[in-house]
Amino acid sequence: MERLLSLEVKNLCCIRDDRVLFDNLSFNVFSGQALLLEGQNGSGKSSLLKILCGFREPDAGEVLWRGVEINNGTFFEQMAYVGHLDGVKKELTVLENLKIATALGKPGHYSIEETLEKVYLSGYDDVLVQSLSAGQKRRLSLARLLITDNKLWILDEPFTSLDKEGIAIFEALMVDHIAREGMVVLTSHHDITLHGIDVQTIRLA
Amino acid sequence: MTLSNAFIAIIRRDLVLAYRRRAEVANPLLFFVLVITLFPLGLGAQTKLLQAMAPGIIWIAALLAAMLSLDSLFRSDFDDGSLEQFILSPHPLSVLILAKIVAHWLVTGLPLLLISPLLAIFLGMPEQSVPVLLWTLLLGTPVLSLIGSIGVALTVGLRRGGMILALLVLPLYIPVLIFAGNAVEMAGSGLPVGAQLNILAAILFAALVLAPLPAAAALKMSMNG
Repeated sequence: MERLLSLEVKNLCCIRDDRVLFDNLSFNVFSGQALLLEGQNGSGKSSLLKILCGFREPDAGEVLWRGVEINNGTFFEQMAYVGHLDGVKKELTVLENLKIATALGKPGHYSIEETLEKVYLSGYDDVLVQSLSAGQKRRLSLARLLITDNKLWILDEPFTSLDKEGIAIFEALMVDHIAREGMVVLTSHHDITLHGIDVQTIRLA
Repeated sequence: MTLSNAFIAIIRRDLVLAYRRRAEVANPLLFFVLVITLFPLGLGAQTKLLQAMAPGIIWIAALLAAMLSLDSLFRSDFDDGSLEQFILSPHPLSVLILAKIVAHWLVTGLPLLLISPLLAIFLGMPEQSVPVLLWTLLLGTPVLSLIGSIGVALTVGLRRGGMILALLVLPLYIPVLIFAGNAVEMAGSGLPVGAQLNILAAILFAALVLAPLPAAAALKMSMNG
């Protein structure tokens, strides 16, 4: 099977406050795959994701996207990140937030209306984000993944404050994304079930 | 979406945000007016003295008002994660930051410019210096936002960066203060002010081109926490 897209991590090392979080970490993720990072609090999951996003310089090793260093290539056109912070403005409406997200990236597979339907926020277009519940806010920030054109999702604890139903919806969206040759790297404390998807698990000690 | 679309979208977004947080945004303007109105009260009825000090008073108040408004440039975007999304955008971060600076100036610098003629008259500034005062503010206040953006970008990750920000940014504001204050003063005595205004314009263009780059680099560094 031809696998064009790949995220390669080679001999990555991360040191934080004189503590080695991980060393000599290598893995590959190809399109159509998911990578689940496990580990206790403070084991370096979020730090690893920050390195993958280019926020943090690795202390050693490199991260390659389609064989090119992430800071030089087309990486940022093809990835989307949802971290601990929602990255939405509470004084703006749902629609305004999504419009900014599309302006910052490229319009993707779904239109704004379709996206809102997918995350069950239809009818909330003109509601200020500050009057949404925590779970709805989370779903809005996950909606960003759908409206921009991207292949790789990097997700740091995406299920935080989602209810059971919300988790199920989002798992279905992930399966859908991966089935369309996408890839997902995520950390999660919840058990995830991705039916029929090739999930790699890496445990950080 | 193209870069110009993103640029305009960010300016619009920040203006909408400013409109929805009117009270917060009005603070620097209020500060500017308050400081200037306190001077005549403090100095007493010394028209000559007040007139002589007017250019300096207005410019120092503008400088401090600009300083006061700086923290709002990136603070909320840093706190709620919007900045992460800016950095991850395929568009160059420096251009996106320039859009934020333009919006910031429209919200904090422009009102100072608009209210200053009133305050100038209030301080008894000679009529012929008022247009020059407006020119210096038009050329100078954007520089304050531009240079300030570097300082804020460096300190936004610190919990109490206020004092460091002042120490970083104020020395860089001094050339603007000197040339602007001097131009207004000269205009009052009927002397030509072309040179000062040209230098202010040169500083503005240099800052316009050069400030967003280090600000972008500093912001990326601040994210590396």
